[in-house]
Amino acid sequence: MAYSDTLLNHYENPQNVGSLDKADPQVGTGLVGAPACGDVMKLQLKIDDDGVILDAKFKTFGCGSAIASSSLVTTMVKGKSIDEAAKIKNADIAAELSLPPVKIHCSVLAEDAIKAAIADYRKKKSGQDI
Amino acid sequence: MSIKLPIYLDNQATTPTDPRVVQAMLPYLTDVFGNAGSRNHSFGWAASEAVTIAREELGALIGASAKEIIWTSGATESNNLAIKGAAHYYARKGKHIITVQTEHKAVLDSCHALEREGFEFTYLPVQADGLLDLDVLKAAIRDDTILVSVMMANNEIGVIQPIAEIGAICQQHGIIFHCDAVQACGKIPVDVKALKVDLLSMSAHKMYGPKGIGALYVRRGRPRVRLQPIIDGGGQERGMRSGTLPVHQIVGMGKAAVYAKEDLDTGKILEVKRLRDKLWAGLQENLDELYLNGSWEHRLPNNLNVSFAFVEGEGMMMAIKDIAVSSGSACTSASLEPSYVLRALGVEAELAHTSIRFGLGRFTTEEEIDYAIDLVTEKVRWLRDMSPLYEMVKDGIDIKSIQWAAH
Repeated sequence: MAYSDTLLNHYENPQNVGSLDKADPQVGTGLVGAPACGDVMKLQLKIDDDGVILDAKFKTFGCGSAIASSSLVTTMVKGKSIDEAAKIKNADIAAELSLPPVKIHCSVLAEDAIKAAIADYRKKKSGQDI
Repeated sequence: MSIKLPIYLDNQATTPTDPRVVQAMLPYLTDVFGNAGSRNHSFGWAASEAVTIAREELGALIGASAKEIIWTSGATESNNLAIKGAAHYYARKGKHIITVQTEHKAVLDSCHALEREGFEFTYLPVQADGLLDLDVLKAAIRDDTILVSVMMANNEIGVIQPIAEIGAICQQHGIIFHCDAVQACGKIPVDVKALKVDLLSMSAHKMYGPKGIGALYVRRGRPRVRLQPIIDGGGQERGMRSGTLPVHQIVGMGKAAVYAKEDLDTGKILEVKRLRDKLWAGLQENLDELYLNGSWEHRLPNNLNVSFAFVEGEGMMMAIKDIAVSSGSACTSASLEPSYVLRALGVEAELAHTSIRFGLGRFTTEEEIDYAIDLVTEKVRWLRDMSPLYEMVKDGIDIKSIQWAAH
C-alpha cells in the first residue's frame, strides 16, 4: 500500500513513544482497541490544574497507520486544553496522514483514545473532589 | 560480499524466472513461432516438438508420462478444471465432495461455485499442527462421495499433508483424488504413481518458471480419469482444455521442471532448508514470545511462518521493508480478516495478526539470511518497545483478563 510521506515519517520516527505514571492524578490513560482486532492504542495525557495538556505519550500495537495516527495525535494535543483536544475528529487525523479508506478505522481509534484518556482524567479528578 | 536490497523472501507468492529458463523460452517468441496445432508444415512441427519435450520434462518431475500432462493458464485454472471438471463428469455417480478448510482459495471457491449448483461438500478441519487427521477423512466418506481434494503443501504454513495415505484411502473407496501440489513441486519429491493421485495441479511461477502457465496431471491408467472441460474450443489437450498452446510458456515450464528436479536430485534443496533452519534458530536465540505456525516436522524446506506476539504483522512489514515477506494479518488482506488458514489451526486472532511468512528460495544467500535475522530482531524489539501489550505482559498483566472492546 502506498502511504503518504507524513504517515511514513510518523511511523519511522514516532513522536512521544512511552508511558507516564498511570497512578499520577494528573495523568489520564486511554486504552482502546482489542488485540483480536489487530490494534490497541494506549494514550496518556498529563494535564495541569488549568486543564492544559502538558505532555502526551503513546504505545500502540497495530499497523503502520495505527502507529502513525497515535504519534500524530500526541503532537496535536500537546499544549491544547482538554476541551480543545476533545474536539479533534478522526477526519482531521485521516486528512493529515492521507489515510487510505481501509485505514480510516485507525484514525477513529486515535480519536477514541483521546476521549478515553480525558474521561479517565476527569474520573480521577471527580474522585478527588469528593 | 555486499547485499542487494530489498531481499526477496516471499518465494511462496512467486519466484523469479530462472535466467536459464528465460534463455530457453526466447527462441519460441521469435524464430519458432508456429502453432503447435498446425500439423501440415514445419513451423507447426517445430512448435509441437518443443511442447512434447516440455511435457516429458514436467512429467519427469512428478513421475508421470508426457501424455498425462494438460497445459493450463496456471494453477487457479488447474484447480478449477480438476474440481469442476471431475464433479461435472462424475455427477451421475454422486454429488458429495470432500476437501479441507486450509486449501487455497482457488480450490475453496471452485467448491463454493459447485455448492451453488447442488453439490454437497465436507470441509474437513485440521489439527493444531495443520495436518489432516486420516480418521476424520475416513469418517467423512459417503457412498456418494466422488472426489477428494487435498493440497500437498500449504501456501501459508508449508505443512505437508499425508498424501500417500490419502491416495490409498481414496483408491480403496474408488474416489477420484485431486491434489494441489503447487507449493510442493520442486521442493519435495513428488511421484503421482506412488502417491496414488489422480489429478495434480502445478504452476510454473512457483518453481522459477514464467507466470501464466500451469498444468494439470490427469491419470491415464485404468480406470482412466475423465473431466468435463470448462473451456470449449479447438479440442486441444485431449479435449480437456481448448486454446492455442503458448509454446514459449510451455517450454519455460518444462525447463523450470528440469532445474527443479536438479535441485532435488543434487541436494541443492537441502541448502535452502539449512538456511531456513538457520533463520528460525537465529530468531529464537534473539527474541522471546515467538510462535511457530504449523508442524515443523511435516513442512516444506523453504517455509517459515512465525507469530511475533505483540507486534502487528503489517506494522512489522513496514519496519522490515528491506526484506519482502508476507503476513497473515488482517491489515494485509482485502477482507480485513486474519488468515483463515491460521484460524483453521486454532491460532487465536491476536496471534494470527502477528504472523509473518518467510519464503526462501533457490537464490537466497547466507548473507541475506544473516541480514534478515539482524533486521527482524532489531525491528521486533523496536516495535515491542512501542507495544502496550508487550509492556502489560512484562508488567505481569494477563491480557486475556482485560475486557477489550471489539471494534
